[in-house]
Amino acid sequence: MTLLTILFYGIAILTLASTAMAVTRRNMIHAALYLVLSFFCTALLFYLLGAPFLAAMEIIIYAGAIMVLFLFIIMMIRIDKASAQVFRAGQLVPAIIISMLWLVALTLLVLEQPNAAGSLVAAQASPGEFGFYVFRNHWLSIEIASMLLLVALIAALLLGLGSRGDSPRKPS
Amino acid sequence: MIVPFHHVVLLSSMLFFMGLFCTLARKNLIMILLGVEIMLNAGALAFVGAALRWQQIEGQAIVLFVLAVAATEVSVGLALIVSIYRRTGSVDPEVQLAAVEEGTP
Repeated sequence: MTLLTILFYGIAILTLASTAMAVTRRNMIHAALYLVLSFFCTALLFYLLGAPFLAAMEIIIYAGAIMVLFLFIIMMIRIDKASAQVFRAGQLVPAIIISMLWLVALTLLVLEQPNAAGSLVAAQASPGEFGFYVFRNHWLSIEIASMLLLVALIAALLLGLGSRGDSPRKPS
Repeated sequence: MIVPFHHVVLLSSMLFFMGLFCTLARKNLIMILLGVEIMLNAGALAFVGAALRWQQIEGQAIVLFVLAVAATEVSVGLALIVSIYRRTGSVDPEVQLAAVEEGTP
């Protein structure tokens, strides 16, 4: 029972707790903030599992850009009345059943695999080596990802311009 | 030794279950998108665990692209949600469904 093991289980419990809180909050800003905490814990898990560069990227991109974008949009959208229920009435039980079935199926799949029981040996991928590996072997995927980001930029711009031009009603 | 590998995969699957539940059962378009983000994050965690299990850096390279794609679809998804809100004044998916069935969006 090394320090890394205790750290892993502690951070794992914190991740699960904050994600559960994020999923069940009525106030959307609370949910987004709990999710930011969950992403911070995931970044710590990445660091523990030997990916320091990805831990930094998770905090910068996920918690720092994506969740901030979510918070901007949540603050822009005004909810006039808090809805009476958090979950959709007819969907709650089927959602739980389907998700539980999925969880049980995946758990059984994982537990019956002999390869999966191996213990993880602590190792770190230094950012320099990671960068060399990605740019040597996956340079084409990087170019495609940058094209994808360009397409998303243009799409978001057009969606923003288009909706402002057409709609007669203002959210006031 | 840190932990057995299937503990990492089980943690990732429990996070995925929460994201799936959030997408299926919430009454708000933004929360549906939030559930998708949780699912992507859970998948990335499984990849990093697998990279450590088999001592190959490939799993971490995949996570880099998962992060890029997540950023992309969040930006486009949120632009769509803002567009829907400007047209109909609500982010409740049942309101949108009623509007589609009437033929008005």
